[in-house]
Amino acid sequence: MEKFTLIQSRAVPLPIQDVDTDQIIPARFLKATTKEGFGENLFRDWRYDKQDQPIEDFILNNPLYQGQILIAGENFGCGSSREHAAWALGDYGFRVVISSFFADIFKNNALNNGILPIQVSPEELDGLFQAIEHDPTTSFRVDLQTQTLQVKGEKEPIFFAVDPYKKICLLEGYEDIDYLLSLRDKIETFEQSKVLQ
Amino acid sequence: MGRTLFDKIWDQHVVASMEGTDVLYIDRHFIHEVTSPQAFAGLRKRGIPVFRPQQTIATADHNVPTVDQHLPISEPQSRYQVEQLVKNCADFGVELYGLGHQKQGIVHVIGPELGITQPGMTIVCGDSHTSTHGAFGGIAFGIGTSQVEQVLSSQCLVVKRPKRMRITVDGQLPNGVFAKDIILYIIAQIGTGGGTGYFVEYAGSAIQNLSMEARMTICNMSIEMGARGGMIAPDETTFAYVKGKEYAPKGAAWEQALSYWRSLPTDPNATFDAELNYKAEDIGPMVTYGTNPGMGMLIGDSIPVPKNGLSKSFQKALDYMGVSAGESLQNKAIDYVFIGSCTNSRMEDLRVVAAYIQGKQKAANVKQVIVVPGSKKVEAEAIAEGLDQVFRAAGFEFRQPGCSACLGMNEDKIPAGAYCVSTSNRNFEGRQGPGARTILASPLTAAAAAIEGRIIDVRTLDPVMV
Repeated sequence: MEKFTLIQSRAVPLPIQDVDTDQIIPARFLKATTKEGFGENLFRDWRYDKQDQPIEDFILNNPLYQGQILIAGENFGCGSSREHAAWALGDYGFRVVISSFFADIFKNNALNNGILPIQVSPEELDGLFQAIEHDPTTSFRVDLQTQTLQVKGEKEPIFFAVDPYKKICLLEGYEDIDYLLSLRDKIETFEQSKVLQ
Repeated sequence: MGRTLFDKIWDQHVVASMEGTDVLYIDRHFIHEVTSPQAFAGLRKRGIPVFRPQQTIATADHNVPTVDQHLPISEPQSRYQVEQLVKNCADFGVELYGLGHQKQGIVHVIGPELGITQPGMTIVCGDSHTSTHGAFGGIAFGIGTSQVEQVLSSQCLVVKRPKRMRITVDGQLPNGVFAKDIILYIIAQIGTGGGTGYFVEYAGSAIQNLSMEARMTICNMSIEMGARGGMIAPDETTFAYVKGKEYAPKGAAWEQALSYWRSLPTDPNATFDAELNYKAEDIGPMVTYGTNPGMGMLIGDSIPVPKNGLSKSFQKALDYMGVSAGESLQNKAIDYVFIGSCTNSRMEDLRVVAAYIQGKQKAANVKQVIVVPGSKKVEAEAIAEGLDQVFRAAGFEFRQPGCSACLGMNEDKIPAGAYCVSTSNRNFEGRQGPGARTILASPLTAAAAAIEGRIIDVRTLDPVMV
């Protein structure tokens, strides 16, 4: 996994609540057997019409908004466990998603793919949306080491929480599987001690 | 202090711990064609085998046709994906109940019906509706593909321990009200994110009185309120269901398992991080009006008019559905009906539908009604009971098993703008096909909509069916 260090970028605002993974990547695009290329169909049915023409008022089709950070409404990533949603966001170029609330499985999937979900308060989220509305070129600085989100021009950064284990994984580019494979002996001992179902 | 059902099972499966994150041992792992290929690719890249192949079971369900399953899949990408599952299972020694196999079916239908799903187990699958298996009193939850790879390679997962919530439903369910209505009611109360961060135990007399199939319907939709999973304490109903199933323990092993399972229910003095209580008498037939399962209401109610005006998200949902705040959905004309999915595709569901439609005809304005059994076993039983004849006589199509129009990955899609009353679990935008408008409901409400051509309150049926 690619190491996550510092992201300095503009952001794309998506002020919609309960964005489910069917919107992030519709099921009909889940027929692939590799992880690549999902970015093309990210938010497919919001981004393109039936004739595959870009829908002008959708945010990803507005050149005014760009960057590696997606800022979304409450309860982002609810619904299906499809990791394709994280792959699609990553393939499109997002490394950070900011929301006031994330669905559990999506959050895990994002972290397992080097995408940092940052949870902020509803008030802070409103502030971020307002900052972009005021100036779409507003720059954001995400520092995982210090767990801070700095909006350019603001005095104080926003501190965010990260699971300490996941923080190390992101900073070092470690994956859970590396850790689990290192525990092989312990797992075998556990199996022997436990009466297996 | 007493321990909860969840705590007892979780604690028994912790291999290692660090700062609130546990390495959890997984007893059973289900895989399917859509979320597993990249995991097997990961194993190949690392050059490692499946660690415990006998603890993983595979089936093809999400991306399979529901007609002519004996023929090669015509859509090339779908065919390739299903072929990859066959190859991966053969290469890595995983048991596959693939297309055409008599044990094939929706993963959350076949696990329980084969007795693979048992109380006290940890069960995962790359599918969010894995929560279904919690109906047996186990810890079951959906995972992403990276985690599928972790389980294949180590039989373990690195997971944060969730908080515990108990939802108690006491009392007597009114006639015409089903498990599906109970869970849609709960989700409408707490919203799609109300359970996020929690593992839910469903309790109370109304839950205890449910059959195993009905309990599966409840636990199935736990994810629709954001919960990591749902579970119900194992009891005599559970044991009677599991006993004698192919994978169930036999003889002395059965007795041993039984005494362990009896120790699992939550201790009387155990506490939860959150508790919610509902009365069964308050629950009626439910329908959804919006684009997430939390946007549901009692059939007698009207679409809410938010006090502080309609938010952008709420308005977007109503626009998509072509409905307005304050509107009732009673008597609303509908175009399609889908009876199936891991939520409602088991024998009890099909029997309720068949009993009601016997001797009746699909309404002329309803373009198509498809009934998709959850598994080959359900299909065979339905045929043995003559239900397929009842469906066909009424103008319904009786299909072959798969996830079908629940998620619209195969050909079974609802056209843009059309209303579909569906027994499935999600009414997201485009879930049943781009532009499709899904109204979630119980099998009886769906069947009644097919016959009447509009949404009706099934309590007005004579006689009301229970």
